[in-house]
Amino acid sequence: MTQVVLFNIFNGLIVGAFYALMALGLSLIMNLSGVINFAHGGFLAIGGYLAFSMMPYVGFWGALILAPVLTAVLGLFVERVLIRRLYGRDPLYSLLLTFGLAFMFEDGTRFIWGAQGLPFQVPGWLLSPLSTDYFFLTGYRLFMVLIVGIAVAGLFFILNKTRLGIRIRAGTLDLETVSVLGVNVRLLRNMNFGLGIYLAGLAGVLAVGQLGLQPTIGSSLIMPSFVAIIVGGLGSLPGTLLGGLLIGVASGVTTVFFPSATEAVIYVMMAAVLLVRPRGLLGEEGRF
Amino acid sequence: MNTEVFNKQAANVLVWLLLLAMPYWLPAIGGYIELGTRVVVLGLAAMALNLLLGYTGVLSFGHAAYFGLGAYGAGMTVRYLVPSTGLGLLVGTVVGAVAGAIIGPMIIRLRGVYFAMVTIAFAQVFYFIAFRWSTVTGGDDGLTGWTRQPLHLGFTTIDILHNPTAFYYLVFVVFAVAIAIMAWLLRSPFGRTLLAIRENERRARFLGIPVDQHIWISWTISCAFASLAGALYAYVNNFVDPRALYWTQSGDFVIMAVLGGMRSFWGPLIGAAIFVTLQDYVSSQTENWMSFVGLFFVLVVLFFPRGILGMIRRKVAS
Repeated sequence: MTQVVLFNIFNGLIVGAFYALMALGLSLIMNLSGVINFAHGGFLAIGGYLAFSMMPYVGFWGALILAPVLTAVLGLFVERVLIRRLYGRDPLYSLLLTFGLAFMFEDGTRFIWGAQGLPFQVPGWLLSPLSTDYFFLTGYRLFMVLIVGIAVAGLFFILNKTRLGIRIRAGTLDLETVSVLGVNVRLLRNMNFGLGIYLAGLAGVLAVGQLGLQPTIGSSLIMPSFVAIIVGGLGSLPGTLLGGLLIGVASGVTTVFFPSATEAVIYVMMAAVLLVRPRGLLGEEGRF
Repeated sequence: MNTEVFNKQAANVLVWLLLLAMPYWLPAIGGYIELGTRVVVLGLAAMALNLLLGYTGVLSFGHAAYFGLGAYGAGMTVRYLVPSTGLGLLVGTVVGAVAGAIIGPMIIRLRGVYFAMVTIAFAQVFYFIAFRWSTVTGGDDGLTGWTRQPLHLGFTTIDILHNPTAFYYLVFVVFAVAIAIMAWLLRSPFGRTLLAIRENERRARFLGIPVDQHIWISWTISCAFASLAGALYAYVNNFVDPRALYWTQSGDFVIMAVLGGMRSFWGPLIGAAIFVTLQDYVSSQTENWMSFVGLFFVLVVLFFPRGILGMIRRKVAS
């Protein structure tokens, strides 16, 4: 029994790590530009499929590095051509636009790569269990946790130590002042969007290794990412990270005791948080 | 009577006449009655959403939940309880309204994108319940094994199952009653207060209006009408499946409202007519209809942000 519970907690942690990676990107974009990017899941799917198509040429490691970068480039392009036009308008319009993009991405991946799920081969040595007692501790799973850890550490390093990151954080608080101080806000928003999409692409490559390739993978992961942001607290990136891990573990544990509520439990958590602490666990007071 | 009031009255008469005569002119221009029925039903849902979106200024993105609850409420009533069309409509509406009323207090303090995000996330709970609780709801296969029931009026019985025109008129009557209530509400002091909240929430608060309470009431009413539309939708299809509750359906309602014009009473209905017709046509032509619908969203946002009626009104004004 302990083993089953541990297995599911660990599983939940991994799923939570995907949610967190995705939600961090969403949060970045929302905090600076006030855009809820519904197409985030679409970018995630594209990251995964690009990695799949690249693997025969550049191998797993090459794909792990290149696919998120290419996804981010696509993100920069989309921001430049479409999303930029909607800054400063009613948030309804960016919502609808990214909603439409989400449809197009999902259908586009289905059109290019087919509706059938595709297998995604990770290196064999990563797949063997490390211990016979804890069969679920395969190398790939530990590896994913490691990569997510590195990505999150890298993100916080960028935000806290580099000029770009400091500007992003400043812009989150007061974009007008940042603009007046001579920072190119258009470029800043563009880079920030690209950074967020990079995280989505990375989550995509990791997720398809675990869940397999499906055109619908994006739309199934985006709602939990919203919940992660709401639970963690809008405007707080550490909160988003915490929220993602929490809901992942919660749905993992629920799988053991009440499997049919696996998906619903995170929304119940969200309701509880909204009732007790509407700004979220680590959210700032009065921001929204 | 000045021209503006006259134009408004003329538009109202025109819309009602067009709706009333739908079964006669729609087939003549190449449509079919079921398509018209779907337009009226989804138009009702979009108009219900617009009570929040256009008239209260609250960005609700999760109306598929209440639409779907209404559909399941009606379908399950007919399937398991009593084979009665009227009771199904009633149960569906009440179920959706109660769910909205319960969720309301958790969200009414939120605003803007946060409100949108929470409403759409909440909608997913009902999707997963419908999806997982398959012994009752039929799960992914949907709720089957029932059809809409003949209408017993005391003096006569109308077969709405095999007669699409009769069914259309049932939908039309329900729609008309709902729209009349909505129009009356918007004209009442309550409706005017909603407009005040939309225009300047802080000012409304300073004037002593209990803003949160008004938004909660407006939200619950909107949910009730959306679930009424959902109940009708179940009858349209003789079937309910979890996709009626999925988050993409919520987006469809929003795009209908925006496309037609959020700031006008009939806008969402016109948006629904265009959207439903287009979706019907595109999905009959290509498998990749989702791409076209997505592209449609993008084009509407870029080129028709005020909606069709909003554009016409601007042209007339200038």
